[in-house]
Order: sequence, then C-alpha cells, then structure tokens
Amino acid sequence: MPVPVRTLFFAAHRDRLGLSELTVELAQGATVADLVAELRGRGSPFDTLPEQPAVAVNRTYAMLNEPLGAGDEVAFIPPVAGG
Amino acid sequence: MTFARVAPEAIDPAEVLARVGSFRDGATLLFLGVVRDHADERPVSGMRYDAYQEMAGEVLMTIAEEAAERLGTDRVAVVHRFGELALGEVSVAIAVSSPHRAEAYEASRYVIEEVKERLPVWKKEHYVDGVSEWVEGTVPPGTAPAAEGAAVGKEGDA
Repeated sequence: MPVPVRTLFFAAHRDRLGLSELTVELAQGATVADLVAELRGRGSPFDTLPEQPAVAVNRTYAMLNEPLGAGDEVAFIPPVAGG
Repeated sequence: MTFARVAPEAIDPAEVLARVGSFRDGATLLFLGVVRDHADERPVSGMRYDAYQEMAGEVLMTIAEEAAERLGTDRVAVVHRFGELALGEVSVAIAVSSPHRAEAYEASRYVIEEVKERLPVWKKEHYVDGVSEWVEGTVPPGTAPAAEGAAVGKEGDA
C-alpha cells in the first residue's frame, strides 16, 4: 500500500520548482532519501533539488535515513538565514 | 513568561519589551534586527522574508526556553517577522530581563545567534539595481551530513 507524504518547499527551492507543496506516494518502508530520489528522478525542475538536502520531518530537523509514514510532513530546508 | 512568535505583522518593539521586566530585575535589554540599506557594498532597497511558519514558531520557542535557562529567569520574549519588509523595518525583536546585566546580554546574544543557526526562515535581498537574491544561509544542525554542508550551502547562491 502506497504511503502518501506531504512535501513542502521554501525560498529558493520554491522559486525554482514554482510550487510550495506536493503530495508524493512512496513505498512502505521508504526514507527521506527515497523521497529525494523519487523527486529528482522526475527530471526538470525537480532535479534542481540538492542530492543531500537538509530536511525537517513533522517540523523537526532530520537526517536522510529517517523513515517516513503515511501523513508525514517533509520540508526541504534551504540553508537558513533568519535574523 | 517566556514568549515566542513568528508572524507577518509589523513588530511593535514596545509590545515585546512589555512582556519582560519585573521588580526583581535590574537589567532589561531590547535587541532589534533591522533591514539595512546595503549588503557588503551593494545598495539594498528592501527585503523579503520567507518562513516555515509552524515549525519556526516551535523552534523559536525552544530557543527562547534555552535562553531563559541560561538567564535564570523566564523573562525572554522574541518575535520574528516575515513577508516584504522596507528599509528600517524590524525583522526580529528580542527582549530579556534579569537581576543583573551580564546574564541579560548573554541570553539576548544567544537568541540571535541561534536564530541565525537554526530558525527555518530565509531572506531575499532586493537590490537597488533591480535584482533580487536569496541570502546565502547556514545548514541547520541535525540535517544533512556535515560533509555535504558546503555543497548544500551553495544552494543559496542561485
């Protein structure tokens, strides 16, 4: 059964993709790295996403080997510049 | 009471300041981050801040709580704005108060440095020559492997 994941894009990523949000269906047991590979594999403009992006899963910073489940929210985080 | 907010509304420094202070405190400190008219030598006409609002609110509260722990009081208030900001407008306000000044300065500095390190907020500078660019940022701790940091950091240049 596919696992739907809500994916969010900000700042430079959002500009390049021309979208801020996308639901992606992943296989059971998929990780953040699988999500990145799935998106980049779609080609332009998704191949502009970094191979090793910083991400947050459910609003907490996470590594690429983080497992994903149905309904998880994954945000691609370009290098931050608050203040 | 420790307070944090990430919102698009204009920041009223007096309102943030009023959230701290007590008769126990001999030191009250207010820091304002303000949009300036240049980046290095390049003239700037304004700034756009983007935020992952829900997460940023949570991260900012965590930073405020960590600062409060260092401060030894719970009197830390911090507000970060996002959206389009004009020159001179306040992007971030940090108010702290404590019995003595040393902890207040330390806690205020801690908040702004941690904001720059890990708050999911981004800024795009609008230059006077008409070009706009995302400011090169910092890869937050706890994300991609350190070895990839430099490559990922380059992202912000585009």
